[in-house]
Amino acid sequence: MSDWTLFEVFVRSKHGLNHKHVGSVHAADAPMALENARELYTRRSEGVSLWVVPSAQITASSPDEKEPLFDPSDDKVYRHATFYDLPKEVGHM
Amino acid sequence: MYAQLVDTGVKRVKTLNEMSPEERHFQEKIDADIKIEAKNWMPEAYRRTLIRQMSQHAHSEIVGMLPEKNWLTRAPNLKRKLQLLAKIQDEAGHGLYLYSAMETLGANRDEELEKLHSGEVKYSSIFNYPSRSWADMGTIGWLVDGAAIVNQVVLQRTSYGPYSRAMIRICKEESFHQRQGYQILLEMMRNGTDEQKAMVQDSINRFWWPALMMFGPHDTDSPNSAQSMQWKVKRMSNDDLRQRFIDQTIPQLELLGCTVPDPDLKWNEARGHYDFGAIDWSEFYSVLKGNGPCNKDRLKTRRNAYENGAWVREAAKAYADKQKQAAA
Amino acid sequence: MTTQHALTEYLLRLGDSDIILAQRLCEWIGNAPALEEEMALGNVALDLIGQARSWLEYAAELQGEGRSADDLSFGRNEREYRNLLITEQANGNYADTLARQYLFDAWHYYLLQALCDSKDARIAAIAAKALKEVTYHLRRSSAWVKRLGDGTDESHQKMQQAIDDIWTYSGEMLLADDIDNLLFEAGIAPDSAAIKAQWQAHVSATLEEARLDCPPMDSYMQQGGKQGLHTEQLGFLLAEMQFLPRAYPDAVW
Repeated sequence: MSDWTLFEVFVRSKHGLNHKHVGSVHAADAPMALENARELYTRRSEGVSLWVVPSAQITASSPDEKEPLFDPSDDKVYRHATFYDLPKEVGHM
Repeated sequence: MYAQLVDTGVKRVKTLNEMSPEERHFQEKIDADIKIEAKNWMPEAYRRTLIRQMSQHAHSEIVGMLPEKNWLTRAPNLKRKLQLLAKIQDEAGHGLYLYSAMETLGANRDEELEKLHSGEVKYSSIFNYPSRSWADMGTIGWLVDGAAIVNQVVLQRTSYGPYSRAMIRICKEESFHQRQGYQILLEMMRNGTDEQKAMVQDSINRFWWPALMMFGPHDTDSPNSAQSMQWKVKRMSNDDLRQRFIDQTIPQLELLGCTVPDPDLKWNEARGHYDFGAIDWSEFYSVLKGNGPCNKDRLKTRRNAYENGAWVREAAKAYADKQKQAAA
Repeated sequence: MTTQHALTEYLLRLGDSDIILAQRLCEWIGNAPALEEEMALGNVALDLIGQARSWLEYAAELQGEGRSADDLSFGRNEREYRNLLITEQANGNYADTLARQYLFDAWHYYLLQALCDSKDARIAAIAAKALKEVTYHLRRSSAWVKRLGDGTDESHQKMQQAIDDIWTYSGEMLLADDIDNLLFEAGIAPDSAAIKAQWQAHVSATLEEARLDCPPMDSYMQQGGKQGLHTEQLGFLLAEMQFLPRAYPDAVW
């Protein structure tokens, strides 16, 4: 099976939700990967939509870069709604 | 053979002071219950141990299909056939989840299967016992899956992220397996004929001790446990897990109206646990070495399936390549 | 022959074909060429057993003898079984299994599609549910016929041999007998000639795409399954499948 490609599998569990990574499957080609993913990851009606992506095609951020990549957003509190205090009279906004 | 008997290759567990800065950082994350992910730095021995543990675990799922498959074509009614087939199919799925988790560490499923086929890597010895009657389908679900679940529930908290997530998924799906098995036995004990009741008792007699052996040797004889516990790839000791299993199983056994073949089994008020008799470890090691009733058959079946299927897998690949070329 | 009798026979044919083919697929578990295929074969078998249960429950009700789908599955001898001959043929290699599956699926698909319009509401309901499952079966088995037919030299040769070998059992599905005709006139079952045309078009197109030779459509075809006259293989299959209820007639499982 080493010749079969490793595909990462993403499942949308309900309409309106994002696809979420669930694991991987082996398959000779993409249509087969979809079938195998269906058999493996949606046996209990876990999904309404599937994506398969060859694992080799995924570019992942490296954990070493965690600080430069993600820490800078930690102090940008002004991006969050709770940062802005408004008088009660304004009501829900 | 889930987290038991996994060789860590480590002779002595290091203290934090003895570790390199990288190792210490890694260990501190584990101590803080932060999951290790595939791309994080990890000691080579941790990586190797996990590959070994996950592959053994996956192989156990796959070989574990065989004793049940033995009765699949003889299931006594349509409902039981559906249930058993769904359960066996789940086991194939669980094997695949685990191989998938293992592959995040750069291991290769084919290479690991080679090691299974050559006998280099083991699977749970319980599956080297034959399934001799339909009652065994009940006993395997109840006792064997029950023992596996006790093990797997604690492995949900294992330190390696992909393994932990696979275990969570597996535990969720497996909750029906044990109930399915117990219900098979309950039906036979409550509504069955005398012959069926004898079939159930015979089955429990045969599987009781091997099920207890599933938790592996006593803690005093588990040289790899200390390292595995420090890495949190193992979360409870063999003896603790075994005791937990016995404590929760005996009331279920009594409800069935059956017994286990252990004259020393009795409730110990002072300990708050059941006491039980000595396990025959010579049998355990003998089966592990390959002398169980089904070791050879199980491996032969898996090997044949893999070898006889080679032309199918090659054809699918060749076809995919042709399609790709035609599209280019 | 009353319509009710014809209908009972017709339901037995549907249910028996499902259960026998599922039994064959179960034999693959633990032996399939890839773990992914174990999963897929298992799913197909689960679907078929579920469908068999629906058809046989209906048949048992019509018989009115207080029997269940289980009684029918596990209590009848081969002479009373009404499954198509193609479903009882041995698994052989993976190409044999897929050839059998594909030719059956193509028929099953068009039949169920037509049965969705049956005047018998219960049949239409069962067919509608089954059609979803079988749509997937057909997609899967036709993809595999193409993969093996147009894969390697070895797989091509095996797939061609498999089609040639199973071919003689494919005609029975398409040929109407008195029961089919009576139910067609009653608006319960579809026109066999229409199903036959759809099946032939699907099969010849798929085999062509798979670079396989399609055997002549007018080849000699074996028949008898629908009337309870089976190949030698069915007796063994039933002996295995029915072992427990027959060995322990008073038991409950």
